[in-house]
Amino acid sequence: MENAANASKVDTNPIIISEEELASFLELVFQKYGYDFRKYSAAHIIRRVMSRIKLSGFTSFSELRIKVLSDEPFAAILLQDLSITVTEMFRDQGFYQALREKVIPILRTYPFIKIWHAGCSTGEEAYSMAILLFEEGLYDRSTIYATDFNQQALNHGKEGIYSLGKIKEYTLNYQLSGGKESFSSYYNSSYDHAIMNQFLKKNIVWANHKLVTDSVFAEVHLVLCRNVLIYFNKDLQNTVQHLFHSSLIHSGILCLGSKEGLSFTEYSNKYTEIDMKNRIYKRKL
Amino acid sequence: MIDQLNYAAIVIGVSSGGMNAMKIIFSLLPADFKLPIVIVQHIGARSENQWIELLNQRSSLKIKEADEKEKIESGTVYIAPANYHLLIEKNKTFSLTIDERVNYARPSIDVLFESAAESYGRSLIGIVLTGSNHDGTIGIMRIQDCGGLCIVQDPATAESPYMPASAIRAIKADHILQLEEIVRLIIQIDLKNRI
Repeated sequence: MENAANASKVDTNPIIISEEELASFLELVFQKYGYDFRKYSAAHIIRRVMSRIKLSGFTSFSELRIKVLSDEPFAAILLQDLSITVTEMFRDQGFYQALREKVIPILRTYPFIKIWHAGCSTGEEAYSMAILLFEEGLYDRSTIYATDFNQQALNHGKEGIYSLGKIKEYTLNYQLSGGKESFSSYYNSSYDHAIMNQFLKKNIVWANHKLVTDSVFAEVHLVLCRNVLIYFNKDLQNTVQHLFHSSLIHSGILCLGSKEGLSFTEYSNKYTEIDMKNRIYKRKL
Repeated sequence: MIDQLNYAAIVIGVSSGGMNAMKIIFSLLPADFKLPIVIVQHIGARSENQWIELLNQRSSLKIKEADEKEKIESGTVYIAPANYHLLIEKNKTFSLTIDERVNYARPSIDVLFESAAESYGRSLIGIVLTGSNHDGTIGIMRIQDCGGLCIVQDPATAESPYMPASAIRAIKADHILQLEEIVRLIIQIDLKNRI
């Protein structure tokens, strides 16, 4: 059965962004604003740029390019578009179970515990870690450095205010991950929002750090960086892995996202696996 | 209508009713089918990938979950992991993202189709199958705009007609067929592709 009636629906002049055009645009953005997306997944950047072109009613990529390079507030909007702020508390229940069962016993052996949560976005996973450490009686001797390049997201994390709709989802995640308490004991709700409790915030240090261009942040016992590296190309993944390796103490723990791994990278032989399925690794001596 | 011979990949979007549809497709495709197939099947965020392994055991083709940065190879079927969007880069490797849900879905068919259209252009075949939402419509439009071949399951024969019907309203579909005919068509294309 052929359908010949709707020929007019085909766009005869679709916007296509070539690799070269994208590369030169990202170079200019870096030169002018200092934000470096040059080694990000091009498909991801193109998707976000195309969506902004549509939202702004532009008819070509060059219209957007001119606007970004001449209008700083507009550039800030695009920066938010390109930054990844989607996160959840207790995302991947198996991972948090493995943290509890396999990593907490290792952390328990240290007199103080320093954790670097790189690319923390709006902070949900930093609070998840704080809750876990609290329940295991380790939070008082822990410091969580939660870093991101997106200041707006960091401010959100620092405030620790989330919609009750999301909190409902997080509560289920928490229970499925083996949570021991009533999740509502970790926040106070007001209207349709929840604010995380002060005792969870006290040992989280929020700091602006650009993973792509900044250097080692601190020497830590555990690096957690989940679903950030998937946005980077191989070259940048290696650079960031180098940063993590240099930040970890000997026998320090590295936690990656459930679809991120060390296999086939230069760092695969520098770690042993603690839990392969949940992407938890231990730095070799 | 097969107006060109140099197709390089097939993308398939499928939602409710998809498990049965995929069982039929993979029982009919021969072991020597060459064109790589990339599939987004809507599935719960907490799903594990055991069903992919089951599908793999029943099929003569290699069926696997798509890994990030993995190179797309011929003779292989890739399925988007639960709770991630799947995109195709211009160098024919996969990227995963955890961006917001699109059409309430992650993975979203539109996200895969749009990036595939931009990477493969005229050498892409897009197929929209059974489903009860409109995910895939924007994506199949993009595939058509970029010159790819657009195939939609005949809604009258789909377990859930809404998704293919939505696609048909939005584009000039090259083929509207029932499932078995779609499989026959892509086998024919695959054979001509090798000449």
